[in-house]
Amino acid sequence: MNISASRGNRPTITPELVAEHGLKPDEYDRLLVIMGREPTLTELGIFSVMWSEHCSYKSSKVWLKTLPTKAPHVICGPGENAGVIDIGDGQACIFKIESHNHPSYIEPYQGAATGVGGILRDVFTMGARPIANMNALRFGSPDHPKTRHLVAGVVAGIGGYGNCIGIPTVGGECNFHPSYNGNILVNAMTVGLAPADRIFYSKAAGPGNPVVYVGAKTGRDGIHGATMASAEFSDDSEEKRPTVQVGDPFTEKLLLEACLELMATDAIVSIQDMGAAGLTSSSVEMASKGGLGIELELDRVPMRETGMTPYEIMLSESQERMLMVIKPEAEAKARAIFDKWELDFATIGRVTDSGRLVLKMNGEVYADIPVAPLVDRAPLYERPWVPTPKRAVLAPSSVPAPPSLTGALTKLMASPDLASKRWIWEQYDHMVMADTQQRPGGDAAVVRVHRTKKALAITTDCTPRYCQADPELGGAQAVAETWRNLTAVGARPLAITDNMNFGNPERPEIMGQFVGCIAGMRAACRALDYPVVSGNVSLYNETNGKAILPTPVVGGVGLLDDSTKSATLAFKKAGETIILIGAISGHLGCSLYLRECLGREEGAPPPVDLAAERRNGDFVRGLIRDGRVTVCHDVSDGGLLVAIAEMALAGRMGATLQPPKNLPAHAWAFGEDQARYIVTCADADGVLAEARQAGVPAEAIGRTGGPTLTARDGDAISVGELARAHEAWLPGYMSNP
Amino acid sequence: MKAAVIVFPGSNCDRDIAVALEQSSGNPVTMVWHRDSALPKVDLVVIPGGFAYGDYLRCGAMAAHSPIMREVVRAAGKGQPVLGICNGFQVLTEAGLLPGVLMRNASLKYLCKDVNLKVETSQSLFTSGWTTGQVVRIPIGHGDGNYFADNDTLNRMEDRGQVALRYCSEQGAIDAGGNPNGSARNIAGVFNDSKTVLGMMPHPERLSDPALGGTDGKDMFDGIARALT
Amino acid sequence: MKARVHVTLKNGVLDPQGKAIGHALASLGFAGVNDVRQGKYIEIELAETDPAKARDSVKAMCEKLLANTVIENYSVEVG
Repeated sequence: MNISASRGNRPTITPELVAEHGLKPDEYDRLLVIMGREPTLTELGIFSVMWSEHCSYKSSKVWLKTLPTKAPHVICGPGENAGVIDIGDGQACIFKIESHNHPSYIEPYQGAATGVGGILRDVFTMGARPIANMNALRFGSPDHPKTRHLVAGVVAGIGGYGNCIGIPTVGGECNFHPSYNGNILVNAMTVGLAPADRIFYSKAAGPGNPVVYVGAKTGRDGIHGATMASAEFSDDSEEKRPTVQVGDPFTEKLLLEACLELMATDAIVSIQDMGAAGLTSSSVEMASKGGLGIELELDRVPMRETGMTPYEIMLSESQERMLMVIKPEAEAKARAIFDKWELDFATIGRVTDSGRLVLKMNGEVYADIPVAPLVDRAPLYERPWVPTPKRAVLAPSSVPAPPSLTGALTKLMASPDLASKRWIWEQYDHMVMADTQQRPGGDAAVVRVHRTKKALAITTDCTPRYCQADPELGGAQAVAETWRNLTAVGARPLAITDNMNFGNPERPEIMGQFVGCIAGMRAACRALDYPVVSGNVSLYNETNGKAILPTPVVGGVGLLDDSTKSATLAFKKAGETIILIGAISGHLGCSLYLRECLGREEGAPPPVDLAAERRNGDFVRGLIRDGRVTVCHDVSDGGLLVAIAEMALAGRMGATLQPPKNLPAHAWAFGEDQARYIVTCADADGVLAEARQAGVPAEAIGRTGGPTLTARDGDAISVGELARAHEAWLPGYMSNP
Repeated sequence: MKAAVIVFPGSNCDRDIAVALEQSSGNPVTMVWHRDSALPKVDLVVIPGGFAYGDYLRCGAMAAHSPIMREVVRAAGKGQPVLGICNGFQVLTEAGLLPGVLMRNASLKYLCKDVNLKVETSQSLFTSGWTTGQVVRIPIGHGDGNYFADNDTLNRMEDRGQVALRYCSEQGAIDAGGNPNGSARNIAGVFNDSKTVLGMMPHPERLSDPALGGTDGKDMFDGIARALT
Repeated sequence: MKARVHVTLKNGVLDPQGKAIGHALASLGFAGVNDVRQGKYIEIELAETDPAKARDSVKAMCEKLLANTVIENYSVEVG
C-alpha cells in the first residue's frame, strides 16, 4: 500500500521525536522490526500510546496475572472494559475502578469529572445501566498550599459529572498524607446492572461490517493523555493544562440512554468506549480481540475543530464517544436511535480480514499497521525489584498512654483522616435513582437492585500506611477490609476491582512495593474466595523522585439476597450489650493513634490472619441474617474506641465501656488489630455462647445508652461535643482561605 | 389518578417519580418525550428533576421553551394540575407558570441531604396528604435552589397563600439554620394563583419507601392520588 | 454578521459567585477590589446583514431565552 508522503505525516524520525513519544530506543527498534520500515508520524503516535504503561500494562502485567480471577459467579474477569459477575435471577453486576490521578492534579475539576465519565462509559459499554458511583481520594497534607484547591476542585468535578448524569455517588474514602502533595489520587468506581445474557464485548467480528462512531465530536483535547499518565511529573507539568480534556455529562447522559436503547435491539456486534488513547485504543482493541483488521476513513470522523490531522484524530481523548461494529442491516435503525438523542452517528470504516489497521484520509493512507504484533509484541517488563525491609513490631511499652482516652479520641475523631467527610458527600447526589438504602458514612453503601428484594453492597478501601510498612500485609489488609465492610452490612462479598497506585516502577524498591502488595492481595483473594474481576494500574505517581505511599485501592462488591436483612452502624437501642467479635492484642504499630497523637509513623502494621477474617466474618454475617444483632460495625482505622464513637455519633446515643485488666487501656482503645467487628444485641448470652461454639473470640465490652461515651470510669465525653469536633474539621478547613 | 411525566434530554428523576406515583395511584404513568407536541389526557402532569438540556445557559431555561412545554403552559392555563420537582420547579419558573427564579445556592455548592419542611397549608390538591403546620422530612439535591423574587412579589404571594412549603428546623422554626440554600423567606415550594400548579425544590419521591428511610413523601403522593381520583 | 451579548445580574440581585470571586481576588493579594459582578458573554453568528434587523432579532432572543429578565439585564452589540 502506498503511504501518504505528505510532509506532516513523514517527518524525519529523530531520536528526540521517538523520546517525545515516550518510547525507549529498544522499544523503537522493536517497532521497526514489526513495521519493516520507518513509521509515519501517525503510526509512531499509535505505537506510542498502545505501548504506554497506561495501555500496555508493560510493568505490571506479569504480576497482575498472578491474581485469582475465577469463581463460579464470575462471568467475565479482567481484560474487558469491566468485570462481570452473576448475581442470580438472570442479572449481572458489572463494575470497575479507574484512576484519573494526573489529569486531576493538573485541572482538578475537569480531571475528576472526566474520570467519572470514563469509568461510567467502561461500565455501560458492556450493556449495564450504572446504578452507583464511588470514589477513593488521596490528597497531600492539609498544610500544603495546593491541597484545599485540589479538594474543592476534585469534589466539585465528581459531583458535577455524577449529579448531572443522574447516577448516585454513594460513598468512598478520602485521606490526606504529605506523600500525595505532588500526586493526588482520584480513583472512581462505577457499578452497573445488566441482564446476564445481554453482555456486550469489544471483540470485532464479520469482515465487511460497518464500524460506527457515536457520541460527541472529536477535538484536540487530551492528545497524549495516555502517555502523560505514564510519565513521572516534574515541576513543569503544571504547564500541561491544555492537554486536559473537558467533560460534558449531559452528552454522556444522552450517550448512555442511546446506547442502552440500541443494546435492547440486536444491532451491535461489538462495542468499545473511547477512553485513554481514544480512537486508537478502541479500534486496535476491537480488531485485536477479533483477530481481524479495521480500515477507517478519518475524514468521516465527526470533528469539532477544523484542520485536524490523522495523528490528532487518532490520539484525541475527547470524551463521550463510542466505537461500535454493527450488523449492516441494522444501520438505519441504529442511526434513528442516535438521531432521537441528537448525537453524532457516523460510519467511519469497516471490519476487514487483513489483520491490519489501515487509516485513510482524503484518499491517502496515513497508517498501515499489523494489529497482532502491535498488541502481542508490546513491550513486557519483568522489572527488577527488591523486597521492602520488614519493620520490627513496636513494643507496647514504647507507646505512651494519653492523659485521657476520650481526649485522645476527640483528637483522632477530628483528625483529617477520621473527621467526618459530610462536606464531601453532601455535594454528591447520593439518592437519585431512589434505591440508595445505606447512604454514605456507613461501612458500605447498600443500593437496592431496582424492583427486587436484592441489594448490592459496595465499598472501597486501602490503608496506604500499612502498605508502605509491609506491602504484603497491606495488600492483604486492603482486600480483607473491603470483605469485612461488606460483611458488616450483612452482604456476601463476591468480587473486587483494584486500582494499583504506585510510584516509578523503574525503581526496584517501588517495584518491590507493587510485587508485595500483589502477593498480599493474592493470598487474601484466595483465602476469602473473592476474585479480582477488573482493575487499573497507575504508575509513576511521583514528583522529583518522591513517590506516593503504595496505594492499592480495592473496590469490593457484595450481595444481599434480602435487603431488609441489612445492618447499619448507628446505635439504635439503649441498654443493649456491646460485643466485640474478634481477638484483641492491642497492636499499636502503624496506628492512627501513634501518628495523630504522638507524631510517629513507625512499627510493623497489624498482622492479618485470613482464616480468622473468614471465620469471624462468616459468623457475623450469620448473626445479621438471623436478626440476632441490632447494629454492626467493623473495627479499622483508629481502633475499637473510634469504632464505638462512630456508632455513637451516627445513633446520637452514648455508651459505657469497661476496658479489660490484662491490656494497657490505650492499646485496648486504639490498637488496630484486624478481623474485628462490634455488634450490639439484647441477647448477649446467646450470641457469646454461639461464638464460643464457632471458635470465634467474642466478649461483652459495655452497654449502649445515655448522652455520653464513657471509655472507662471517670473518662467520658458527651456525644454532642464529640460530634462537633468530628463534624467541624473539614468544613472549617475548606472555608479558610 | 392518571399521571404523565415529561422527559427531557437530561431528566434523571423521571423513573423515580414514576415509581412513586404508581405506588400511590395504582396506575401506570405515561412518559412523554420532550419533542411530543401533544399532552395525553391525564389528571396530573409532572416535570421531574434532573438537568434538562444539561442545565446549560440557566437551569430549566431551554426546557421551558421545548414543544411539550408550550402544551403544558396552555393546559395549565385551563386548570390542568402540574407539579414540578427540583429541575421541574426551575422549568416552571422559566416557563412563567410560577413567580420568581431559582438562583445558585448561597454556599455555591450542590447540596444533597434531608431537610425539614413546614407545610404552609394542606388546603391544596398537592398538600392534602399533610396537615397545615406539619414538619416533614424530605431530601434536597440541587445546586440552584435559592428562591428569589422581589419584595413586592413575595408580599403578594404571601397574601394570596402561594407559599406552599418553607425550609425549617427540626422543631419547625423558620430560621437561617434550617435554610439550606439562602432562599428568600425560606421558601421551598410555591403555588400558582389557583393552587393548581406547584413547584418545589425538595424531592418527595426520594422518601416514599420505608426501605429508603422515610415515607413523608409518600404521604404527599397519597394525598394527590386521593384528591385527583 | 456577529452579535455579542452580555448578560449580567440586575443591580440589587445578590451575586454569590461575584462575591466569591471578589473574596478570592482579595486573598490573592489584589487590593482595592470594591465589588465583582459576574455574568455571561455569548457570541452569535448571524446570516442577517442589516445591523438594525440583526439587533432586533438578537434582542428577541434575549427576551425569550438568553436572559431571565426577572433577575438579569442584557446588552447587545452587532457588527
